[in-house]
Amino acid sequence: MPRLLRRDLVCQQAVELVTAYLEGALSRRQRRRFEAHLRGCPNCSAYLEQIRVTIALVGRVEPEDLDPEARRDLTDLYRRWRGGSAGGDTHGAGDGGNGGNEP
Amino acid sequence: MQCGGTSTALARRRARPVGRAVLLRCGAVETDVELLGRLRGGDEEAFVALVTRYQGSLLRVARSIVPTSAVAEEVVQDTWMGVVRGIDSFEGRSSLKTWLFRILVNRARSAGARERPTAPLDPGGPSVDPARFDGGGAWKEPVAPWTDDTDARLDAATLGPVLRAALDELPDRQRQVVTLRDVEGLSSEDACAVLGISAGNQRILLHRGRARLRTVLEPRLGRP
Repeated sequence: MPRLLRRDLVCQQAVELVTAYLEGALSRRQRRRFEAHLRGCPNCSAYLEQIRVTIALVGRVEPEDLDPEARRDLTDLYRRWRGGSAGGDTHGAGDGGNGGNEP
Repeated sequence: MQCGGTSTALARRRARPVGRAVLLRCGAVETDVELLGRLRGGDEEAFVALVTRYQGSLLRVARSIVPTSAVAEEVVQDTWMGVVRGIDSFEGRSSLKTWLFRILVNRARSAGARERPTAPLDPGGPSVDPARFDGGGAWKEPVAPWTDDTDARLDAATLGPVLRAALDELPDRQRQVVTLRDVEGLSSEDACAVLGISAGNQRILLHRGRARLRTVLEPRLGRP
């Protein structure tokens, strides 16, 4: 095994940089060290790939389907909100105004 | 006109004034901006189309903040009311989805968050079990590449519920960040704006959340 240089990352440090690496948030120097570690380390390369797969799989979690009843309820509410305003003016529909909408 | 999944290029184009029945069957034909335009005019069909498009996402994000599904539903309903009332304040600087989430998160937080407002952002500590490493910080056991037939393994019936459950068990802030970033696909800037947190905090929460989800998937996707 080659001698560990001070500037070399160990695996336990490398795995903590994975997200910053994927986010493009590492400095150029950090990124070089991280990539140098990956080149010599199949384990951390596999770990990074597993994180990539995890992200892809989480992205495929589907929202539960909107059940027809919930859609009907909301449509009814919409009619009531609309009905509460004169002449079809959507933003005059209540007393809350727009104040609460923007953070 | 084809309405199947292969017509996405068509779906992304501006909808031409085709028949209403076609528009209803191919909801994706109309962009958010077009639907908003119709909603401004008080068009109920546009409202239903937007609800159909975003209700699932809104419920999911609401559920990541408030303690029960019932509260989440109330918050989402309240959000739609805010959308109808405040539609003129949407200037299109963010995507509609991000705007919806901002309204939602504000309302969810005032409706009662799961967490105490003073809860620490993160307990800290390593994202990978230290027992996996030797004294020199190297992996004790080789990390097995995951099988690449994850498509076959991710039938909704198996991994979907596993991931949903794992998400639900994440600490609140990690769950919120992972939901916005990886489930809903927001950019880091948008996720920070929606949650009102710094880029650095966002990254730490995302890092821990993803690492935790990886751990949950590992026994299912690792080599047998």
